[in-house]
Amino acid sequence: MPAWALGGAGVATLLVVVELVPRLGIVDARYLPPTSQILGALAERLGRAELWTALGQTLTTWFTGLAIALVAGVVLGVVIGSVPWLRAVTASTIEFLRPVPSVALIPVAILLYGTGMASTLLLVVYASFWQVLVQVLSGVQDVDPVASDTARSYRFSPLTRIRTLVWPTTLPYAMTGLRLAASVALILTVTGELLIGTPGIGRLLGVAQSSGAVASMYAYVVVAGLLGVAVNLVARALERRTLFWHPSVRGEAAA
Amino acid sequence: MSGPAPAVRAGAGVGRVLRSGLLVLGLPAVLLTAWWVLTDGSTSYFNPPLRTIVGTFGETWFGSPFAESRFVQDVIPSVLRLLAGYGIALVAGIVLGVAIGSSRALRAYAEPVLEFFRAIPPPVMVPILMLFLGIGTSMKIVVIATGCLWPILLNTVEGVRGLDPVLRDTARAYRLGRVATVRHLVLRGASPQIVTGARQALSIGIILMVISEMFAAKDGLGFSIVQFQRSFAIPEMWSGVILLGVVGVLLSLVFRAVTNAVLSWYLGYRQSQHGGA
Repeated sequence: MPAWALGGAGVATLLVVVELVPRLGIVDARYLPPTSQILGALAERLGRAELWTALGQTLTTWFTGLAIALVAGVVLGVVIGSVPWLRAVTASTIEFLRPVPSVALIPVAILLYGTGMASTLLLVVYASFWQVLVQVLSGVQDVDPVASDTARSYRFSPLTRIRTLVWPTTLPYAMTGLRLAASVALILTVTGELLIGTPGIGRLLGVAQSSGAVASMYAYVVVAGLLGVAVNLVARALERRTLFWHPSVRGEAAA
Repeated sequence: MSGPAPAVRAGAGVGRVLRSGLLVLGLPAVLLTAWWVLTDGSTSYFNPPLRTIVGTFGETWFGSPFAESRFVQDVIPSVLRLLAGYGIALVAGIVLGVAIGSSRALRAYAEPVLEFFRAIPPPVMVPILMLFLGIGTSMKIVVIATGCLWPILLNTVEGVRGLDPVLRDTARAYRLGRVATVRHLVLRGASPQIVTGARQALSIGIILMVISEMFAAKDGLGFSIVQFQRSFAIPEMWSGVILLGVVGVLLSLVFRAVTNAVLSWYLGYRQSQHGGA
């Protein structure tokens, strides 16, 4: 059996199990409605503007936060990584700030920005920035010393050096950082919507929860999951596209 | 190589220690001083002077008697729940990951479903799990475990899949038993990937520890911080944010120490491969 057929069988199994478990009374249907009801609720929601507006809001927050984190992470990473003393001075601070959980900022964000998009953006940017920065820093460090010395003997200007030497080495790392940051940013976007109340899918889920609409809750979880799958797929496709020249991708295609 | 005279070398050693100490502590000291000085005269309600925050820190978290302080009543239960959920995810993720990774058919069968579950942002599982488990300790532990499971599981699958086929054949040729193969070949070979997954899972676990307490709880670090925020006890809230940051940093230090011990063979191997770089 080909892999896609097996995968399809796996998905079908999940759908059937979720249909049967509540129907057979193994789990209370008030807690886990059968697949047909979840999909019914989903189909009904898909016909409403509310879901699409929320999806747009979630994507806007996610994309804005990710873009800010990406630009800031790449610029700071290249600058800090290229200047040895700057790197040495900032290392301990970066190591300390990176593991600080971004959800610690939720109360601060609420006090500063209320429940608008800016609150959630703060969480998203903080969480995804470190993913990008750390990857870019290790990328800059990975520049081939011989190529680096060659660039120096040819007296490359700093800008040429960054464009032709540092950037191509760093790009694969930056793409890894982007891929990690994309899914972290989605997690924090939904978290912000759920806890702070920023408009989006997460808030719809929160509303469904407080009104006891269980099938709708599951429908929104499915939407959030599909959104996550889409984000992963896009990030991976982007990575492959940007790095088509890189041995890791070329090797994969040949294998 | 003829080194410099011992006295000179000792002097250089002291200088080096001073220098690296300065590098490690310099910027944090500057930043903290800046925070202290810039907010010292602050009358802003939301942005109290660092002096006030530090002043309330001890009393807020370590107030006497110690057994009734927030540190014992809130922080320790939070961390224990995190460790319990994380431990469950670690065991379940590695066991399932080894099983799924070892069989091509099982992998193809399970992969799309697992990718879907991994892609669900873990916080949205909190309202769902609250239906089943209420708002007690077990809900929080299960939330943390289900969130941490996917990165560990999928990385273990990847690690097992990427095992060197020559090593696999060697193990078979030497007729290594099933248990010995899993222990010496599969777990060893996959451990760098497993550690990568475990690291991602730890940061997700900390996030979920806080979130599960912000939804509904009677105790816990996240609960305390939200309570301070809602009652507008701003310096106390800031001290909680700082404490949460410190907990995150400490956990990542412990994690690094553990992985360095587990992966010492791998780090040494990689170093030799990279010519000591």
